[in-house]
Amino acid sequence: MEPPVVTMRAKYKASGPKDPGVAGVLTMRDDSFIFRPNDPSSSVKLDVSFRCIKGHKFSKEGSKQALLNLTQDKGGGYMFEFANFKDRDVCRDLVVCIFDNWTGRVLGRLQCLPPSDQSAQVVPAQPTTQHDNQLSMAEMEQRMNLLREDSELQKLHRQLVIGGVLTETEFWATRKNLLDDAAHKASKQRAGFKSAMLADVRPLTDGRTNKVTFSLTPEIIHQIFAEKPAVHQAFLKFVPSKMSERDFWTKYCRAEYLHRTKNSVAAAAEAAEDEELAVFLKHDDILASEARRKIRRVDPTVDMAADLGDDYSHLPGHGILRDGSKESVDSESELPKRTLLQDLNRHAAVVLEGRTLDVELGDTRTVAEALARSKQAEVATETSDETENQKRLERVSQMTEIEDLQAPRSLPYAPLCIKDPREYFDSQRANAFKATGDTGSGVNKDCCHLSTKQAYESLRAQILEVKSVGFKDPIVIPDLALKVLNDVNQQLSSTDPQLGKNPQATVLDMLPHRTKEELLQHWTSIQELLRHFWSSYPLTTTFLHAKVNRVKDAMAQIYRKLPEVKESVQSEFRHQVSLLVKPMLQVLDEAFKHYDAEMQKRSTKTSEGRNGIL
Amino acid sequence: MASATSNPYTDDVSLLIVLMDTNPYFWGAMNGAAAFSQFLNQVLPFLNSILLLNQLNQLVVIATGVNSCDYLYDSSRVGHESEKRSTKGIPGHSLEILQKLEDFIAKDQQLSNSDEAPGKICSLLSGSLSLALCYIQRILRTGPVHPQPRILCLQASPDGSEQYVAIMNAIFSAQRSMVPIDSCVVGSEDSAFLQQASYITGGVYQKPQHLDGLFQCLSMVFATDLHSRRFLKLPTPTGVDFRASCFCHKEPIGMGYVCSVCLSIFCKYHTKCSTCG
Repeated sequence: MEPPVVTMRAKYKASGPKDPGVAGVLTMRDDSFIFRPNDPSSSVKLDVSFRCIKGHKFSKEGSKQALLNLTQDKGGGYMFEFANFKDRDVCRDLVVCIFDNWTGRVLGRLQCLPPSDQSAQVVPAQPTTQHDNQLSMAEMEQRMNLLREDSELQKLHRQLVIGGVLTETEFWATRKNLLDDAAHKASKQRAGFKSAMLADVRPLTDGRTNKVTFSLTPEIIHQIFAEKPAVHQAFLKFVPSKMSERDFWTKYCRAEYLHRTKNSVAAAAEAAEDEELAVFLKHDDILASEARRKIRRVDPTVDMAADLGDDYSHLPGHGILRDGSKESVDSESELPKRTLLQDLNRHAAVVLEGRTLDVELGDTRTVAEALARSKQAEVATETSDETENQKRLERVSQMTEIEDLQAPRSLPYAPLCIKDPREYFDSQRANAFKATGDTGSGVNKDCCHLSTKQAYESLRAQILEVKSVGFKDPIVIPDLALKVLNDVNQQLSSTDPQLGKNPQATVLDMLPHRTKEELLQHWTSIQELLRHFWSSYPLTTTFLHAKVNRVKDAMAQIYRKLPEVKESVQSEFRHQVSLLVKPMLQVLDEAFKHYDAEMQKRSTKTSEGRNGIL
Repeated sequence: MASATSNPYTDDVSLLIVLMDTNPYFWGAMNGAAAFSQFLNQVLPFLNSILLLNQLNQLVVIATGVNSCDYLYDSSRVGHESEKRSTKGIPGHSLEILQKLEDFIAKDQQLSNSDEAPGKICSLLSGSLSLALCYIQRILRTGPVHPQPRILCLQASPDGSEQYVAIMNAIFSAQRSMVPIDSCVVGSEDSAFLQQASYITGGVYQKPQHLDGLFQCLSMVFATDLHSRRFLKLPTPTGVDFRASCFCHKEPIGMGYVCSVCLSIFCKYHTKCSTCG
């Protein structure tokens, strides 16, 4: 498994782009680069680790020199000029890969391959075969982003994964929710078209030289294709078979110009000459056929229950003659005139509704009442305005969903709220970690020897005593009160001598910064390791065996480091630190005990097995 | 001007709910026959002093018995005839408390089943916590103007591990309502539940050394209202035992199995969770 190596001819420019440069060979490995000049007598020799390099700059394609500048933290840099842009790009890609490697080491190795090129001697990396599933580029990106954002996670990752204790999958297995969140954040909205009518290209006219200039950007071209399918089809047909793209657009612009100047005679003349131009000038058949197709698919049962035209009283008469005489609209009169159109429409509506009554048409009164009753029934069955409104709004919101703006439709789960252990970290200081056998329920010191009756009786007697005798005078003996006062004061002053003001500040803040960071780092790694340790039991496969061994070794390492932390602190804090370290040691001890017990069991089993066979 | 007169409750008015442990088995087993009377001698003057601190302070006393819990005293209820009575240096409301306590003990005794002495009997802390929280909720819903509530637990008997779930639920709802739970443990051993309660809700946990000096301890540490606590330094817990109890045996465990749906804790592997299935 070899890391990628790139060897390239380059010129090292020590003082900037103007420097003629020292010709030589640049070799880039995954952790450093080496420059050796062609001239053995030259003193310029570089062997720089990528740790010092913080970034890179490069000159654009098409500029005079193909430059790559590897910048350092303090502002200086190493500038190299390459023979051509292709070489430069190969080196640049490797540099980019290496930087990404720095944050996600194992990931980068898999996929960072500079393009194989004849001039470059590249040794591609062989993928690590620790696990089967292929990581997609997107997921790798997410992981690297997460690591970049969260320095704690990065530290943990570096310690455990790069240290070889855990594999990538194991590390990320429990952090799926983080990756999912990152994935959702990454998905961006699609940008839509601009509202400006770009397809309506306006030319620049230069009055002096009589030239008309059209400028077409890719965005405009995209819109033209979307809006004018005939042009789109013509483009596909003609370019590049019949004419070049430039010619196509020239013709198009000419057609646009003719159209704009509304010079129909000239347009017709040109169309007759040039059949391609004619395509641009005539109607867009494709659009027309699409429109016809859409009309055919309209749902005829669309319920247009009413529209403004139903308000018959406000329709104009349209000059229809009623009984041969023209109706004059007298706009000054107060009473609205009934036009023939209104009457016609009303009659038609009633006819279409149909006959609602079954009553015989005889007595006027009964007819009127029956009609009134049927109208009432109709109104009663109609649902209220509010519910109708509500239903309509729901339908509208369903139809007008915008997918881009939807939140990711994950299951509505409440994420597991695991409290940040740092919050209660120092409260665990004096936690007497009892072994699992010994529990609080076993302590029976205060076992009551009285029977129920006796107990209650004595209680009642005591209450009566208080009632009869009254309160003691004084309530508390002054000496005892003073003692209690002093005890409490001492208790208060012993815990936080300096933190008088802030009750929320913890002991951790008192310690020097480095110690605090170390302790917290150890604690998070211990937690992570323990999680993996305890989840591996019972040991069924050799993989788990190996994993447990690795994890145990890592834990032993931390175990050794903890007393060192204690020693490194000043004596006044030593007690506090030892209290903080104690639960960590206890927890590790538990794990080691379990491990040893398991090993013991296994060795006795195998030895018994052997004896049995023998 | 109007706001000053309309809100009589200034920052330092408190509503204190005292949960008094009246476990006869524990008090009977304490060395010193008159332990409970001593206890009452310290606690009742403390309750009086609370009422003296501020005219608008309110006090509610709840008794935690073995078989039941009940309200003993509510200072906001109007019409105390006891205010007139006052014998031998005992103020009226203390007498009322004592009277109610007697009645409560009688009722509690009636509820107890057997006559035999059980090994260890715990008080119904979960019950009295629930009563206290219900009372507080009622007060909180009367309107925006109310005193600041807090709960003081005077616990004597040890923790009952079968009440773990109920007590934790009560603690979390107290945390939600922002009601601190102070604990004063007069028993012989630390109470893990009350340590957690005080830690989570932001209250004070104290285990005084001497029962005789209980009044001094109470008035030093627990008498202050919530507003003044910001300027005072009160004892912080030196170490909190965060262990949970398993749901099947109610034993405190350090390591166990957790149901991924309802987060109930078990000591042995179960194929089916007993809480949520």
